[in-house]
Amino acid sequence: MEQLVQKLKEEIITALNLSEMKPENIDEKAPLFVDGLGLDSIDALELTVLLEKKYGLKINTSEEGKKVLLSVNSMAEFIRENKKG
Amino acid sequence: MEAFINSLSAISPQNTFAEEKLLHEAREYNNVRFLRCVEPQYSTFIDPMASRRMSRIIKMGVCSAIKCLQEAGINNPDAIITGTGMGCVEDTGRFLASIFENEEKLLNPTPFIQSTHNTVGASIALILKCKNYNNTYGHRGFSFESALLDGIMMLQEEEANDILVGALDELTPDLFTITDRLGFWKKDPVNNLHLKDYRSRGSLAGEGTTFFSLSRTKNEKSFARIRSLQTFLKPAGQREIEKKLTDTDKPDLVILGINGNPPGDEIYNHLKSGIFVNTPAAYYKHLCGEYDTSSAFALAMAAGIIREQHVPDIMKLDSKPVGAIRNILIYNHLRNVNHSVIQVSSC
Amino acid sequence: MAAKVFITGAGIISSIGLDYKEVLSSLKASRSGIGKMTLIDSVHKEEIPVAEIKKTNAELKELANVPGKAIFSRTSLLGIIAAREALSQAEIENTSEYRTGLISASTVGGMDRTEKFLKKYLKDKNHGRLRDIITHDMGDSTEKIAEYCRISDYVTTISTACSSSANAIMVGSRLIENGILDRALVGGVDCLTLFTINGFNSLMILDKNGCRPFDENRNGLTLGEGAAFLVLESERIVEKTGKKIFGAVSGYGNACDAFHQTASSPGGDGAFLSMQKALLKAGITPDKIDYINAHGTGTKNNDLSEGNAIERLFGNSVPPCSSTKSFTGHTLGAAGGIEAVFSVMAIEHQCIWPNLNFANKMNELGFLPVTELRKDAAVRNVLSNSFGFGGNNTSLIFSKC
Repeated sequence: MEQLVQKLKEEIITALNLSEMKPENIDEKAPLFVDGLGLDSIDALELTVLLEKKYGLKINTSEEGKKVLLSVNSMAEFIRENKKG
Repeated sequence: MEAFINSLSAISPQNTFAEEKLLHEAREYNNVRFLRCVEPQYSTFIDPMASRRMSRIIKMGVCSAIKCLQEAGINNPDAIITGTGMGCVEDTGRFLASIFENEEKLLNPTPFIQSTHNTVGASIALILKCKNYNNTYGHRGFSFESALLDGIMMLQEEEANDILVGALDELTPDLFTITDRLGFWKKDPVNNLHLKDYRSRGSLAGEGTTFFSLSRTKNEKSFARIRSLQTFLKPAGQREIEKKLTDTDKPDLVILGINGNPPGDEIYNHLKSGIFVNTPAAYYKHLCGEYDTSSAFALAMAAGIIREQHVPDIMKLDSKPVGAIRNILIYNHLRNVNHSVIQVSSC
Repeated sequence: MAAKVFITGAGIISSIGLDYKEVLSSLKASRSGIGKMTLIDSVHKEEIPVAEIKKTNAELKELANVPGKAIFSRTSLLGIIAAREALSQAEIENTSEYRTGLISASTVGGMDRTEKFLKKYLKDKNHGRLRDIITHDMGDSTEKIAEYCRISDYVTTISTACSSSANAIMVGSRLIENGILDRALVGGVDCLTLFTINGFNSLMILDKNGCRPFDENRNGLTLGEGAAFLVLESERIVEKTGKKIFGAVSGYGNACDAFHQTASSPGGDGAFLSMQKALLKAGITPDKIDYINAHGTGTKNNDLSEGNAIERLFGNSVPPCSSTKSFTGHTLGAAGGIEAVFSVMAIEHQCIWPNLNFANKMNELGFLPVTELRKDAAVRNVLSNSFGFGGNNTSLIFSKC
């Protein structure tokens, strides 16, 4: 799980071009959007694409998206629960 | 119809962004087929979080706009008006390529949302939280002139006192490859400072972003004044062009859009030995390269020349003595289709 | 109110008709142009509906009466057809007797041909037919329209995403008011492309069931294609010729939402400001507006933000309001022009166009859109909204003369 969190942080930094950010600057428990990292709706779409491309996982509704993309931890949790094999 | 220029900022293949003085030292590029901008340290001007989705042209445009406003001491312009011939080419190309590479599935939305022609104008407004008039023109060699005319109208309508008008165009590897196949550029590499002397067909590709802070009335920062502006599409012949140029006041200096392509330069040479035979002449495309909104770079040069009362030797086309420079005429055409005349004066 | 810019002609081509008459009869019959994608070869053609003009480019060439071998993007062809209709309605044959300008608008330009080019180019940079790429930029379609309408005094193109052609109408009006032009052909054009279909799909805002503006269960927009132009003329020309007047451009306002590159602010600040500026320019109070042709794309975000802005401005007395994108889809750079023509039609025929596909009232809003055609409505002033990416918001007011 810890490995996955670290990997996810790196992937998020690359996908969203957070060039000034290092993985240790991202708090895996903190909200990714608005108050926390300050991401927005476009970032949410980019993270949705990331999950599907890298992990083959699809987010089907915006409600589900809100839950999954809450924090790095919630994303990791979603991957762990749904990833087959 | 007039507008006062209170500040300008240009990112170009020259050191225009960093230097206070105009063309203190011209940059020479040897063995090149295109010129690229000298880019500043963006993070000095744009917060990295705000710039994380910005392509190069967006960063260049926003950066020159912000510096221009800073110099004019304006926080919230009454209008932000931009012109771009080709828009955000890199993002457009990236999104198009992703469509075909991924067979229309799972595409990253960022290049799409950043691809519209008004992205730079919108990004400036977003950073400034400026809710005022915002418009963008995208029409080949008229893009900048249309933005400028809109701005001058805003001032004339008394809808605005201080406005930001700018132009932006970027060169990407694909844009160069495609326009090269179209025969726009010289096949053999050149030295940019000798651009006008080559006999071969084509020009030297370029790019740049140029912004101006303009006001309705003269203030303590004003150093030049835009007096008139005309655009004309596909003129019937040299006569029609001459007529447009003689409609203006007699210039102390004429700046011509010579780009090194002999057929296109014919009209400039004709004017130089004709109606402008006694007028000192200068040119600029060897400094910035050819692109749709290069006339904005020419206007920056003209305004700088008036401010400093000095024509850099590197721009001169002849050795005619230049006296007091009160009135400059800029005449440019893009591929003999979009012609424009801008008249700039001292305040 | 001293209206100085008169509308003397209107031309249109869209999924609900190939000319003014056909479009008008579709509006009156509540006939939507939204349906299956048949002319674009996209992997999404089975799942994403669009509002297509069911004519191939070869057929459009015939309609536009242009040489068969000449190179035209689909936008150019659509533009020429609508622009010519507008000029002929205004009974203009000779464009050289007055200072005449063309202010067109587009967001995709010749992207349809660019896509053809790229398929080959991306495999080998020496491939792809150059004739397919020379029409790429926005200027190309505008210059083709200018050439076929013989306009050269002032020609330009505005490109501010989905508010482009509303801005063209505004700028054309200002050029006449400032005495720079006597006459302006203004409007815009966009065709359907893989670029826009996939672009909006990547934003996940395309409703698989077709757009449902202002409905509680709306789930996105539907893309469409089309072109529309108005002929604007100065008071001097109109007085001299005594020609038929369709109405006047009495107000316009442009403001920036300055909130987000794509999302609108929750309170619709930019929309509120653009509507307020338009009213101020027209010199009328909100109660004088008889019909609002809303931007109403059908996305969750737009309709809520726009609805909020409308309620902020009109309070409890929101005038009859509808989004005609339920007929034409969202035609992007052409939308402002198309909806301007619908506004002119509303004034000419004293009708209010319905908002199709509406079933459930939005929880957050107090007003309902008009859902049935209203005939014999007293329509004197129409407010038309067009909002684009980058928070570019433009409102226009058209008035009966």
